[in-house]
Amino acid sequence: MTTKFTEDHEWITVDGDIATVGITVHAQDALGDVVFVDLPEVGQTIAQKDIAGVVESVKAAADVYMPVSGEIVEVNEDLRNDPSLANSDPLGAGWFFKVRLSDPAQVDALLDETAYNAFSANA
Amino acid sequence: MSATDASLQHTPLHALHLELGARMVPFAGYAMPVQYPAGLMAEHHHTRSAAGLFDVSHMGQLTLSGPDAAAAFESLMPVDVIGLGENRQRYGLLLNDAGGIIDDLMFVNRGDELFVVVNGACKHGDLAHIALRIGNRCTVTAQFDRALLALQGPQAVTALARLLPGVGQLVFMTGMAARWNGADLYVTRSGYTGEDGFEISLPAESADAFARALLAQPEVKPVGLGARNSLRLEAGLCLYGNDIDTTTTPAEAALNWAIQKVRRTGGARAGGFPGAGHVLAQLDGTSPPARKRVGLVALERVPVREHVLLQDAAGQSVGEVTSGLLGPTADKPVAMGYVCADLAATGTRLNAMVRGKAVPMDVCALPFVPNRYHRG
Repeated sequence: MTTKFTEDHEWITVDGDIATVGITVHAQDALGDVVFVDLPEVGQTIAQKDIAGVVESVKAAADVYMPVSGEIVEVNEDLRNDPSLANSDPLGAGWFFKVRLSDPAQVDALLDETAYNAFSANA
Repeated sequence: MSATDASLQHTPLHALHLELGARMVPFAGYAMPVQYPAGLMAEHHHTRSAAGLFDVSHMGQLTLSGPDAAAAFESLMPVDVIGLGENRQRYGLLLNDAGGIIDDLMFVNRGDELFVVVNGACKHGDLAHIALRIGNRCTVTAQFDRALLALQGPQAVTALARLLPGVGQLVFMTGMAARWNGADLYVTRSGYTGEDGFEISLPAESADAFARALLAQPEVKPVGLGARNSLRLEAGLCLYGNDIDTTTTPAEAALNWAIQKVRRTGGARAGGFPGAGHVLAQLDGTSPPARKRVGLVALERVPVREHVLLQDAAGQSVGEVTSGLLGPTADKPVAMGYVCADLAATGTRLNAMVRGKAVPMDVCALPFVPNRYHRG
């Protein structure tokens, strides 16, 4: 399993042809207390960099972008019911959705952890 | 523009904010704390349950003095200035010649002068406007270098009275002069959270020490602009620039309560302020406003934010949200906005169009959280 990151502050962990997507520690910290998430519909096919969902704190709303193209195969209903999971466990229980990759090569072009940390430190 | 932008001004509490770990953002030309490490939700709840300390030094403080000051100030606003008793405070509205709101403000009759607090983003414009219109009738003095702190919440009186004995005697919308470590303070029992609390005007050089003395009280924690916004919205209070501006009139903004009888049609000092013809015709029913500011509650747990459009059941556009968020105390999405006057009745069902999806909302009475002012 590999974890990669985007400049829009999503993380993506790939396991076979299925990837799990969430927002980074940096993203949830910048947003503050998350109070609402809007998740895509299962079965929806979304292109890379298109909007897949929304995450909102009391003070701000941010779009969640598709790190890669693919079909949504599962969304995190626990997160929908308890959006604070995005703060308390952003890389674990606070995952957003799972996607079946349509072009696995897209993953390779994303940032690795070192590159993302350098990017977000300057963001 | 970032919060470290060199063009941003600093309040006298800047170093304290950084020491407390605040996240600083640009606001009204100042670097201001949007939240501290506790976070917006904790700060909001702390203010409603104990006491929150806010730095509002970006706001503009000014005085109007001279024998004609009250009459002169009354010529700029649709409110009763002349009849305001000593050490009493009132909400006021500066209007333009079309009856649009230039700014909303608080003023106190301090006996020898009127003490006025205006919004930070408007203060230079307000000062120019006031000086231009009535500068020949009274002395207008900007005190933009003074600090202003707000201590808000049910335990604010307990904490503040340890530093300033006597403030417990004040009731809502009254004020008193006080001294602390040689500094001249002016304290009013007011604020913008819906809670009991105080605003304290003091010299810049005393602000840091006074704020630290307040933060040393067990009830008090620092609260940023983020929670100030969620608290004022739950309290049903307007944010200038969002909910009111130069394109909205007092009646459209449902600020009728702010206009005393004496200045209305038939009153002893009716009219005589900018836009009076239009403003009074909207208030006395000769020409009712076509739109009104209302409170809105979403029936689904989806935050509805500013600029979201409102539709009626037939899909016709009937208004727009001007402020909205998930109210931490209300525990549901709350908003304010403008709707056609015939849809302004409590209970009217509308649809907010959020990202293309209709979120049902009901028009509801304000405030969303009951006010708990100390009226004595």
